[in-house]
Amino acid sequence: MHWTQRSKLLAPIAETGQCGIFLVRMVGSIRLERELLMSTLQQTYLIGARSLVIIMICGFFVGMVLSLQSINALQQFGASDQVSLLVGKSLFRELGPVLTALLFAGRAGTSIAAEIGLMKATSQIEAMQLMAIDPVRRIALPRFLAGLISLPLLTAMFNAFAILGAVMFSIGVMGLDPGIFWSKLHTGIYFIKDFMGGVWKSIVFGGLVSLIAVYFGYQAKPTGEGVGTATTRTVVMSSVLVLIFDFIMTSFLI
Amino acid sequence: MKQNHKNDQAGNRDDSLKDPIIRIHNVHFQRGDKVILDDVSIEIERGSIVAIMGPSGVGKTTILRLISGQLQPSKGSIEVNGKQISTLSRRELYECRKDIGVLLQNGALFTDLTVFENVATPLREHTRLAEEEISERVLAKLDSVGLAGTEDLMPDSLSGGMARRVALARAVILNPKIVLFDEPMTGLDPIAMSTVGRLIRETNDALGLTSVIVTHNVAEMKKLVDYCFILASAKLIAEGSPQALMHNDDPAVDQFMNGRVEGPISFKYQNAVASATASLS
Repeated sequence: MHWTQRSKLLAPIAETGQCGIFLVRMVGSIRLERELLMSTLQQTYLIGARSLVIIMICGFFVGMVLSLQSINALQQFGASDQVSLLVGKSLFRELGPVLTALLFAGRAGTSIAAEIGLMKATSQIEAMQLMAIDPVRRIALPRFLAGLISLPLLTAMFNAFAILGAVMFSIGVMGLDPGIFWSKLHTGIYFIKDFMGGVWKSIVFGGLVSLIAVYFGYQAKPTGEGVGTATTRTVVMSSVLVLIFDFIMTSFLI
Repeated sequence: MKQNHKNDQAGNRDDSLKDPIIRIHNVHFQRGDKVILDDVSIEIERGSIVAIMGPSGVGKTTILRLISGQLQPSKGSIEVNGKQISTLSRRELYECRKDIGVLLQNGALFTDLTVFENVATPLREHTRLAEEEISERVLAKLDSVGLAGTEDLMPDSLSGGMARRVALARAVILNPKIVLFDEPMTGLDPIAMSTVGRLIRETNDALGLTSVIVTHNVAEMKKLVDYCFILASAKLIAEGSPQALMHNDDPAVDQFMNGRVEGPISFKYQNAVASATASLS
């Protein structure tokens, strides 16, 4: 038995190390060629563009519920015109990147892990190795890069639709003054601190979720059960790690 | 091709073949405590079609994996095309695999690519041909396996036999020297079986390949192959032309070739393990 399997304590550490080695192998296999560009674009479409609808719907309702709660709380202090500031700050800094990453893990992370796991179960990965093609470069890398590109863009869409939801609710339903709403948002949100803080987070989360997805897919046992385990572990691990990394990054960015 | 078809084991075989392209010499392989191959020696003549046969689970596929360098033997050496496979680095091994085409069980086509892209993948990866040249070669290869007009289909809309033929086209697109087949006939209907069999023969002779087929289908092999190796209980128990093996006196060979239940090859798991362990000591 391998030494890492003996200790329940050491196993996660060993797994992290292997995941790191996988990342290095993947990044080391980058060659600037048309093939990589095309497959990354295709994957960005498959996992990014196809996640758009769910991200937009969720963003819209998160924006509405945020403004509902904020107006309700702020009204007690007669400060309901500050709603756009509260909604904007919490969205750009926290809720946008984190919620999009969690949704992305459920929607795209699982499909990446299941797809690679299934390729393994039907010996497509083995066939590739036998053709002297590196499956890490051919299969894992484009999906990882696509996740890295998609998540910041999806976060932007999430934020945009959340603001739209907030506008519809607070201006359309609660009758707030549109001029005050927009000017508060415009002057109160800082580009570097609020907006870019969220962008950095979404880039890190994008890398994290897609790395976990390709890694677990690639390590999956080539059976139906192995593929199932890989998808479950992808969602669980990426959700937990997104929240842990969120705290760590916030403590540095704030 | 070697004509001496008695049960001869390794030792005095080195001078017997004129031009072996694959030379497996006294190979021993085990997984945990289970012995999969015990002192197996096989030489495969260039240009021939050879079958490695034996009951399921006897280590036939292991031999293919040893030849392609996916597994390393615990003892012994494997020489493919003049190179010692087990001593190569990953890069050298990948280089060496360009001369080896492999057709895995069920074809293992890439399900996210069309038939055309499946066959074109090795060309795109290992050559710098222009798009027209790639297209020309792929279409010619698809035509040669009787599948002209299927290039835009996805693999899931192909029948089992068609998928196997696409996989054959993909395996030989780089004009390799050796093609390894893992159970190419399994799950096919009799017509598809004969078609695939005939294609294997035609491609082998037209391209001057050496084909190694792992199978337990005795009937199809009798028609197709030049030479057979039979494995049982981790050992090479016989070799020879299919006709000669049909009339072999060895009880184990007779049992396998004629599909008898009673005989030295046990179908019970514990007996099989015991006999493999006994043959070691």
